[in-house]
Amino acid sequence: MDVVMLSRLQFATATMFHFLFVPFTLGLSFLVAIMETKYVKTGDETYLRMTKFWGKLFLINFALGVVTGITLEFQFGTNWSRYSAYVGDIFGSLLAIEATVAFFLESTLIGVWIFGWRKLSKKAHAAVMWLVAFAGTLSAVWILIANAWMQSPVGYTIRDGRAELVDFFAIITQKFAILKFIHTVSAAYVLGAFFVMGVSAYHLLRKKNIEFFTRSFRIALVFGLIFSFIVVIIGDLNGVVVAEKQPTKLAAMESLWETTTRAPVYLFALPDEENERNKIEIGAIPGLLSFLVFHDINAEVKGLKAFPREERPPVLITSFAFKGMVGLGFYFALVMIIGWFKRNRLVDSPKFLKLMLLSIPLPYIAIELGWVVAEVGRQPWIVYGLMKTSDAASPVASSQVLISLIAFILVYGLLGAVGFYLIVKYAKKGPEPAPEAGSEAAAEPAAA
Amino acid sequence: MVLQTIWFFLWGLLWAIFFMTDGFDFGIGTLYPFIGKSDEDKRIMINSIGPLWDGNEVWLITAGGVTFAAFPTVYAVMFSSLYSALMLILFSLILRGVSFEFRGKVDDPRWRKIWDTCIFIGSFTPALLFGVAFANIFQGIPIDQNGLYHGTLLTLLNPYGLLGGVLFLFLFLMHGALWLAIKSVGELHERAASIANKLWPLEVGVVVIFLIWSKFSTKLYDNYLAHPAFFLVILVTVLALLGIKIFLVQKAFFKAWFASALTIVGATFYGIIGLYPNMFPSSINARFSLTAHNASSSPLTLKIMLIVVVIFIPIVIGYQIWAYNLFKGKITPEDLTYDEAY
Ligand code: HDD
Ligand code: HEM
Ligand code: HEM
Repeated sequence: MDVVMLSRLQFATATMFHFLFVPFTLGLSFLVAIMETKYVKTGDETYLRMTKFWGKLFLINFALGVVTGITLEFQFGTNWSRYSAYVGDIFGSLLAIEATVAFFLESTLIGVWIFGWRKLSKKAHAAVMWLVAFAGTLSAVWILIANAWMQSPVGYTIRDGRAELVDFFAIITQKFAILKFIHTVSAAYVLGAFFVMGVSAYHLLRKKNIEFFTRSFRIALVFGLIFSFIVVIIGDLNGVVVAEKQPTKLAAMESLWETTTRAPVYLFALPDEENERNKIEIGAIPGLLSFLVFHDINAEVKGLKAFPREERPPVLITSFAFKGMVGLGFYFALVMIIGWFKRNRLVDSPKFLKLMLLSIPLPYIAIELGWVVAEVGRQPWIVYGLMKTSDAASPVASSQVLISLIAFILVYGLLGAVGFYLIVKYAKKGPEPAPEAGSEAAAEPAAA
Repeated sequence: MVLQTIWFFLWGLLWAIFFMTDGFDFGIGTLYPFIGKSDEDKRIMINSIGPLWDGNEVWLITAGGVTFAAFPTVYAVMFSSLYSALMLILFSLILRGVSFEFRGKVDDPRWRKIWDTCIFIGSFTPALLFGVAFANIFQGIPIDQNGLYHGTLLTLLNPYGLLGGVLFLFLFLMHGALWLAIKSVGELHERAASIANKLWPLEVGVVVIFLIWSKFSTKLYDNYLAHPAFFLVILVTVLALLGIKIFLVQKAFFKAWFASALTIVGATFYGIIGLYPNMFPSSINARFSLTAHNASSSPLTLKIMLIVVVIFIPIVIGYQIWAYNLFKGKITPEDLTYDEAY
């Protein structure tokens, strides 16, 4: 394999692995902050135990999120040096701003939160968690603006063979970036909510700590209900800007070959890229695609054949990933509606609880599929319309990249296994028992 | 251009702060198997840096990010040329970071042993390799006019490069030993103080050899000879190094640590000043060197980034000092019984 392919595999491995932990961080930081705030307001010890229990799971995940992020910051230089030199003027500054305004705050304050229980007042300690959550979201803002710029470059001019900044404001306020941010962050909140509900369901099914987990479940349910709808609504708007800025990606998402008016959405389609057609098409809904992206059932939508072969993304992966994400999106919204009606008799709804337990992995899958749509669908461009991925890689020996790729797979595989084991272990273990009245409250000995 | 020069020194400053802060984390992680006799010692060592190491590490991320933003060509060529060395550093940092979090999570000596090893490897390797990398940069890297690197990982492991690695290792070991002396009590404290005393002559020796060897292997002194006022930086660094010993004798460990911090910042600026305006000099031909002037971003980007940095870096320093202050004081075995300790 050549350097480009190896670097792509390595980048995909590293980012997709990083993004297993990022959404959890984004979602749980808010949920934990809410729980701790409730504790400060009510003084109810159950909320404190909730904060500590979910906080512990949060921290295991957080450690993995942090260490996998560091490699990403440097991979543009190690593996995509031509890209970096070409876009650094714009893209580099967005990454640097992310580090300066967000990572510092997040990383410094998480240490304060972990070790500050006895050093800060209750209110200040809860405020620190809010700041951690805020900083995490802020880092998402900047990295997603950077990613949106690769998807839809604006505010630049080409000078001396590279993209140079002319309009910073245009870059940070473009629609693509704003929608991407809302969509991704809501997706992260859905994931966090489903995780909390799933783990709570596990304990409720065993009728353990019922009060504790019913409360956790309900907080997460409100969160999940709101954001599973936002994710779908913003996802739809996302499709609209994709149609406008990246017509090839849209056509690939829908596996639409011919340019047509009244373009249909297929419930299922199996693309055949060789022969430029769909082998199987099931359940065409005429006009729906035209309506969704142009709000007019008679609008014309460009098909893949309107673009040269070498400018089309892989159709099969893009369309399947897209359908998978959308399907899961509707599933989440549906489950949340059911959950809303069952919220007052959770313990008596074992089937629903089992469903929620089994649903824990699904938002992870939806989120990774979403990134596959966005990134694979952008191919063959690394910066849409400006630079091809094949021109972007570093001039390094492919053996070097092969070795590092293997190292990534091994190290990340092991870390993933250990992280998974620890999260499951502590999730199953449940919260520390409520302290007996009158005993030394907060000073429980550590696990080891 | 003025902007490019300002950015060059800001770039140096970020590296200097990174070495000054994460440096003692690396030092403690490297001393860890040698000083930490019991599990309790080890946990005190980890907890002495527990609340701070993550915030310290972000100085590295920012130094990297700022290289990308202000000098994209340097970012591109430097990190692809140093590919293998940088990967080793990154994997080490990964291991170190998760080890702190994972070590205490399963109550089994074999489990802890694994993460103990990772803490050592994850601290020792970056300490050494950052030194190797910077010494090689001082010396010049075999890159051609296209920024293509003609060498391998082994090319970097030349005598002067290795000397740089040893230099960084000693700077960080001292820094870590002093931090531990500040943070611990009893026998562990005695051990840390005694290690610091033993390290001092070695550190002085390495610094002196490095200063002399640099005369022969690098062009660092050209800038000093052109502007002799800069020799003050070297003077301050050497005085700070002497200060460590003086404060050690007085058992004023915090002051000694501060002197050590100054030594590290001074040592970084010693190189940065000598390098100017080069950022990644070519050893093949000086015309291929990447400099602050031929590798920078556009003036607009430099301006916007300058505004961001001038506003936010002081804020960051402010809340980091607040956090350091919050966690000042010694860590006693009693502290380990609270459930938030690592
Ligand atoms: C700031 C930029 C940026 C951001 C936020 C992301 N990516 Fe990306 N992605 C790239 C910048 C990029 C890239 C550098 O542009 C790559 C490398 C090769 C390529 O074509 O695009 C890429 C490739 C790439 C690929 C491989 C596509 C292919 O080569 O066919 C996948 C699957 C992902 N990414 C997934 C993700 C995930 C899961 C992300 C969540 C963190 C993510 N990307 C965020
Ligand atoms: C490919 C581009 C990316 C790069 C270069 C990158 C870089 C980093 C780095 C260096 C860290 C560690 C910071 C620390 O030590 O605290 C980190 C963590 C983090 N990143 Fe990313 N990241 C990328 C993608 C993303 C995206 C797309 C998001 C959000 C939507 C995101 C959100 C976060 C968050 C919330 C953290 C905090 C730590 C955690 O996840 O537990 N990152 N990232
Ligand atoms: C019916 C619902 C949904 C629609 C119509 C939709 C639409 C889209 C579209 C068009 C993109 C591509 C944007 C681009 O190319 O940049 C995208 C990306 C993405 N989607 Fe969805 N989505 C839906 C549901 C979901 C769900 C349920 C999740 C996860 C819980 C999710 C997570 C993501 C993520 C993480 C991305 C990549 C980031 C981005 O580009 O915004 N989506 N979605």
